[in-house]
Amino acid sequence: MKILGSEITPYKTYLNRRKFIKGSLASAILATVTSSAFANHDSDLSIYTKNLNENDKLNSYEEITTYNNFYEFGTHKKHPHLNSGNFKPRPWTIKIDGLVKKPQTFDLEKILSNVTIEDRVYRLRCVEAWSMVIPWQGFQLSELIKMAEPLSSAKYVQFVTVFRPEEMPGQQKRTIIWPYREGLRMDEAMNPLTILATGLYGHEMPNQNGAPIRLVVPWKYGFKSIKSIVEIRFLDTQPETSWETLAPWEYGFYANVNPNVNHPRWSQGTERRIGEFKRRETLMFNGYEKEVAHLYKDLDLTKFY
Amino acid sequence: MFSTRNFNRSKPVLFILILFPSLLWAYQFVTGNLGVNPIEKLMDELGLMALRLIIITLMITTLSNIKPLKSIVVLRRMIGLFAFYYVCLHFSTYIVLDHFLDMKFIIQDIIKRPFITFGFISFLFLIPLASTSTNNMIKRLGFKLWKKIHYLIYPVAILASMHFYVLVRADKTEPVIYMGIIILLLLHRIFKRLTRPQLAQ
Repeated sequence: MKILGSEITPYKTYLNRRKFIKGSLASAILATVTSSAFANHDSDLSIYTKNLNENDKLNSYEEITTYNNFYEFGTHKKHPHLNSGNFKPRPWTIKIDGLVKKPQTFDLEKILSNVTIEDRVYRLRCVEAWSMVIPWQGFQLSELIKMAEPLSSAKYVQFVTVFRPEEMPGQQKRTIIWPYREGLRMDEAMNPLTILATGLYGHEMPNQNGAPIRLVVPWKYGFKSIKSIVEIRFLDTQPETSWETLAPWEYGFYANVNPNVNHPRWSQGTERRIGEFKRRETLMFNGYEKEVAHLYKDLDLTKFY
Repeated sequence: MFSTRNFNRSKPVLFILILFPSLLWAYQFVTGNLGVNPIEKLMDELGLMALRLIIITLMITTLSNIKPLKSIVVLRRMIGLFAFYYVCLHFSTYIVLDHFLDMKFIIQDIIKRPFITFGFISFLFLIPLASTSTNNMIKRLGFKLWKKIHYLIYPVAILASMHFYVLVRADKTEPVIYMGIIILLLLHRIFKRLTRPQLAQ
């Protein structure tokens, strides 16, 4: 299993390796692991734990896949896990439009054959004041942006989630205005921390976590990390985003994790790490201050929350 | 069938039925079977139970206006006290498990966050209701004053449902249903009030 290390591996090779590993080890794993959900789970966690901060511990696969905010499958935390069985993440395309050299639709497989998949262990901080540590697999958003060839006038990137009410029962109800939309400033999108994730714990991305491809922006509240992306638009003005549209006094466009900016619903000063009993202090930019603080040096973060 | 005696007889069963969820959640909490975020889950379940019981006490009063169901009112006190029991558990989960007795933080939380403010006031208003629930207290206070104190159940119910309404981020169906029921029950009381003086004459 060590072969899966955080070494950078082309996606094709990565998948082939997985098949090989699954084939050769399947019987052994099935014999020792009772729950089928964990049958092809990586047993060697050292692959991921070596990327951890000293204060962090990985959350389990079960925690990450049974406690989700993904309103497309329902508003309770357990709904995405329970209601996402009919969702079909393949085949999948992503439409690229707006201020680009040439609008086009990419096949996901084509995108994946042009990028390098790597392991990224990130803290995820939800605006509801809970957090997890998740071992993602994915590639830098900047790689896709280069493929998309945006014009120099493009200042923002907007993302759109798939709209399939027949497969996503939560979308049959107008809890929020579908499809879900999110956005980033171009420099945020190009930051090396920003990834498009296609898997976690070495699995293909589970439906409830945003299959087959989702954004992960670890220094922002979780709702910015939009799931099941079908469209990426390049714009010269700040795009509307779903939660900001619904409750602008609560959710801003930036939504940077910030313990000092008060929220009417939850104190953002502390958080509960899933699996821990006592709350912990929330870190500025979710602990990624060194990597991203420079992006906001001219911005009043209490105003642009 | 709906005699006072029968309602009184049903009390032990009702007692166990209403007590049971709290024991079950406590057991599940201790054994690690309340899901991935057990403190949040415990707090939600306890709070929801309390709100439902508060609404049931209001319903009982309304139902007791229907002649054959007059005696149902004998169940009201027990259910009201159970509502207080669940509110206390809900509140202490928040204080002890959620915030580890960090009083500075909790006071800030109560002041700054409207939904916690609503819930906290609702809890405060329930204290005089619970502490004047005995027959002895009714006698000591006199029925009129006692009744006046117990009108506090109306702000309690409204604040508790608002506490829930504000907490929910998007799909507000459930809190809206509770608010609707409370408003209907209150309207019924107002209607009754308006028609009563004529009857008195």
